[in-house]
Amino acid sequence: MQFFVNGGEVDIDFDPRTSLLDLLRERLHLFGPKKGCNQGACGACTVLVDGVRINSCLALAVQYQGREIVTVEGLGVPGALHPLQAAFVEHDGFQCGYCTPGQICSAIGMVSELKQGVPSHVSADVAAESFPLDHDELRERMSGNLCRCGAYNGIVDAIQETFGEAKAESEKSEAA
Amino acid sequence: MTPFLYERATDAQTALALGSRDGARYLAGGTNLVDLMRETIERPEILVDVAGLFDQIEDTDEGSLRIGAGVKNTGLAADRRVRERFPMLSQAILAGASAQIRNVATVGGNLLQRTRCGYFYDDAARCNKREASAGCDAVEGFNRNHAILGASKACVATHPSDMAVALAALDAVVNIESQDGHRSIPLVDFHVLPGETPQIETVLRRGELIAGVTVAPNGIAARSRYRKVRDRASYAFALISVAAGLEMDGGVIKDVRIALGGVAHKPWRAIIAEAALKGGPPTRAAFEEAAEAELAAARGLRDNAFKIELARRVIVDTLSKLADQGVR
Ligand SMILES: Cc1cc2nc3c(=O)[nH]c(=O)nc-3n(C[C@H](O)[C@H](O)[C@H](O)COP(=O)(O)OP(=O)(O)OC[C@H]3O[C@@H](n4cnc5c(N)ncnc54)[C@H](O)[C@@H]3O)c2cc1C
Ligand code: SF4
Ligand code: FES
Ligand code: FES
Repeated sequence: MQFFVNGGEVDIDFDPRTSLLDLLRERLHLFGPKKGCNQGACGACTVLVDGVRINSCLALAVQYQGREIVTVEGLGVPGALHPLQAAFVEHDGFQCGYCTPGQICSAIGMVSELKQGVPSHVSADVAAESFPLDHDELRERMSGNLCRCGAYNGIVDAIQETFGEAKAESEKSEAA
Repeated sequence: MTPFLYERATDAQTALALGSRDGARYLAGGTNLVDLMRETIERPEILVDVAGLFDQIEDTDEGSLRIGAGVKNTGLAADRRVRERFPMLSQAILAGASAQIRNVATVGGNLLQRTRCGYFYDDAARCNKREASAGCDAVEGFNRNHAILGASKACVATHPSDMAVALAALDAVVNIESQDGHRSIPLVDFHVLPGETPQIETVLRRGELIAGVTVAPNGIAARSRYRKVRDRASYAFALISVAAGLEMDGGVIKDVRIALGGVAHKPWRAIIAEAALKGGPPTRAAFEEAAEAELAAARGLRDNAFKIELARRVIVDTLSKLADQGVR
């Protein structure tokens, strides 16, 4: 079966019972996605499929044949970090680091949902044209990723700095 | 997980042919089924992947919205027509699960996720759903999350869906395909109460495939709300949820919709409360009386009696706020 993983093509045979998470970790040796709960409750296994964030533990790998899968390894590497990875380091967005690859993939998927105008549970009017990435929206939209070390403040700061209003404002003033 | 044959269906006819074979199960997003297969609670021999079928949301000539079973929860909540015409449906979906799960979960799978409780997953516990006539450890066990309406001695679990509660309030109709043709069933009649056979959760027959749900226009959109009360602010199942809508005509309630989640084995349409309110004034006293009438049949278990009072308050408060609010 064929997949596109972190920009490369992969051809691999496996038992149809294999979850996408197990395929990535055990067969492709991508250890970024983590097995926290293995039942959809923690977000540590979050990866991007065609740019959309999903829990790889609740998916059978066969469901995602032919699709484009990105794990944290595909976002940036030491020496060439993704800006969000750098911001996590800067803001102490982790302690043990177990939830971090899931947090980072999730945040990237979250920002793309925001750009497409997907509302959230805390949006005052679901029919609004667009939604701000303020503190409440950010926390609600990231609630599928738990951090047992409680590094939430750093996580929020890192995402806010990379994608939030502050960033949008500074880009505007740079352009001016 | 027990071994299975995986087949991807590229059209409905193929899906139905495969799905009517012995031991076959449809697979949509997999967020419920894959989990239950891993626990060996579900042991399909053939998995028929229907992801990609029925994935459109279409306007009908009658002004209704026909929502395909394969539409993802995120796609439905974000659809502009849904957000404007049926905002409580967007709100309900967004109150459920996490973004990652909503990105994968489908409309059909959400309706057909198992009605379950913690003991259902615990193979050391007795559960009539998992094994017929085994008994139910929840009836006298930890039952804080369990049902207060329509339960039986055989099962006291609640249906976990938020989306289905809004669909119940919106008078949605479920469209079903089979090899013999199609049929349509009101969503409120689609799920069933546990009775003596709690393993049966819907009226869907073997091999039948959900094609989608249809929602007709109504007058409540401007004054409607899905409200969910849970143990934490996000990413938790409902203790109580209410999908409510009011249509006013002068000082009188012309139409009212109330459906409850977290209270029963199925999304609970509060027809007694609705009947009490229709044609009357939208006062707090009227809302209190209606809520009490609806909950007169409610019964608490060891840990969940608080839900009766909670449901009463959430119904009254939600309707009062809808009555007070300006029309959007
Ligand atoms: C951690 C966690 C938290 C959650 N919290 C919430 C919550 O707060 N609120 C909420 O509402 N839900 C919640 N859910 C449940 C989630 O919404 C469901 O798992 C999801 O909607 C199921 O959809 P699916 O497409 O993944 O279904 P699948 O798992 O693929 O299928 C579920 C069932 O539906 C059947 N099926 C699917 N499509 C069809 C069809 N077209 N025709 C016939 N049969 C079909 C399958 O055979 C299977 O029996 C939660 C789930 C998890 C894991
Ligand atoms: S309440 Fe229902 S699902 Fe829970 S243990 Fe009893 S029979 Fe099983
Ligand atoms: S490991 Fe997938 S959500 Fe926890
Ligand atoms: S940093 Fe340890 S779990 Fe989040």
